[in-house]
Amino acid sequence: MKKWQCIVCGFEYDEAEGMPDEGVEPGTKWADIPDDWTCPDCGAPKDDFEMMEVE
Amino acid sequence: MDPIIIIGTGLAGYSVAREFRKHDKDTPVILITRDDGASYYKPDISEAYAKDKTSEELVQKSAEEMAEMLGATVKTHEQVEAIDREQRQIRLVGGETLTYGRLVLAWGAEPITLNLSGDAVEAVHKVNNLMDYRAFRDSLPDKARVAVLGAGLIGCEFANDLIGAGHKVSVADPAEWPLQQLLPKEAGNAVRKELAHGGVEWHLGQAAVGVHRADNGDLRVELDNKDSIRADVVLSAVGLRVGVKLAEKAGLAVDRGIVVDRTLRTSDPHVFALGDCAEVDGHWRPYVAPLMQCARTLGKTLAGGKDDTPGQVKYPTLPIIIKTHLCPVIVCPPVNKHGEWQVEGHGTAIEARFVDKSGKLLGFALTGEATSKRRDYLKEAPALME
Repeated sequence: MKKWQCIVCGFEYDEAEGMPDEGVEPGTKWADIPDDWTCPDCGAPKDDFEMMEVE
Repeated sequence: MDPIIIIGTGLAGYSVAREFRKHDKDTPVILITRDDGASYYKPDISEAYAKDKTSEELVQKSAEEMAEMLGATVKTHEQVEAIDREQRQIRLVGGETLTYGRLVLAWGAEPITLNLSGDAVEAVHKVNNLMDYRAFRDSLPDKARVAVLGAGLIGCEFANDLIGAGHKVSVADPAEWPLQQLLPKEAGNAVRKELAHGGVEWHLGQAAVGVHRADNGDLRVELDNKDSIRADVVLSAVGLRVGVKLAEKAGLAVDRGIVVDRTLRTSDPHVFALGDCAEVDGHWRPYVAPLMQCARTLGKTLAGGKDDTPGQVKYPTLPIIIKTHLCPVIVCPPVNKHGEWQVEGHGTAIEARFVDKSGKLLGFALTGEATSKRRDYLKEAPALME
């Protein structure tokens, strides 16, 4: 399980937690999120996210 | 309970409403906008062609959808005329008054208008919201000749996007190189070269002084060296300025923006500001990243009780991503001016470090393939406001 971060606004996506509010089940891999998905906080496209190291 | 009233439904207004709702589902929230209240991702505007989107397709949610999602009232096509801080009321053009518990100013900034002469000045477009963009895009014929005034972030992004769509683009700016306010010369020149290669005609070191209508219907942009650019459409993108009159008239402290402290409070404890209209602890940063930090902090504060200590906004390392796809740029402007640029690299892959006397990194700029090193730089660069 990895964490991803929106480099535009800092929003974090944790694959282990998913985004239940957005209908994304815990454990959903980043690669399985559709390409037209946008950041729930700032609206940035998926391209603007990148992997960050899990602390 | 008196509502929280938010003036503005751009990224700042909608984001603070959403953050507030994460902590408080009950207090009424009213958002007021002079446009149609559509929610969209503003940075997409200057790369809409690259994303193959029309202005309509840039809309993510309508005002009605936003109202429902936020459990809020969104009043569209309404202009605020006055703020009465004594009565805690705002008055709309048309006479309606609304009483607030707390007021949030999130009305953004306005494009600067160049002082131009000529009989076609009215034809010059400025784009700072989706409605402006719609008008600009609708005015473009196929393979249009577009003159862009301004080689800053927005001017360069538009230039790149427009040539990608088959338009012919000329860019004029009195600066010596593109993005001069953000980048050292070598990095700016990397952008210049790649965009020139893609077809952009640069008129650097040349300021526009007039826009005239030629006999054949062309627009003619007159430059201060007596050259001129023939165009079908002229786009002015020479920077932003905060409209502070309404705040000033209400007796709030203003400077480059509406002055707020790190709790985002203005000089009135019931009035807050964030986003492009706010100057936070001396910093005016009209970009997405700082705005989102402010929205998160302020959302929590507005939901807190009277006795809670309001949170202080922190600005971590805030990169500015410039979406000139022919030569992408990531820049972290130096946190202070006490240092100098050290530039390495060749071609269009430039790494520029802004360092102080002891060699400590205060800011950086990466272009082209060098942007792949952004993670290392982001780790090393200091936070703007800890």
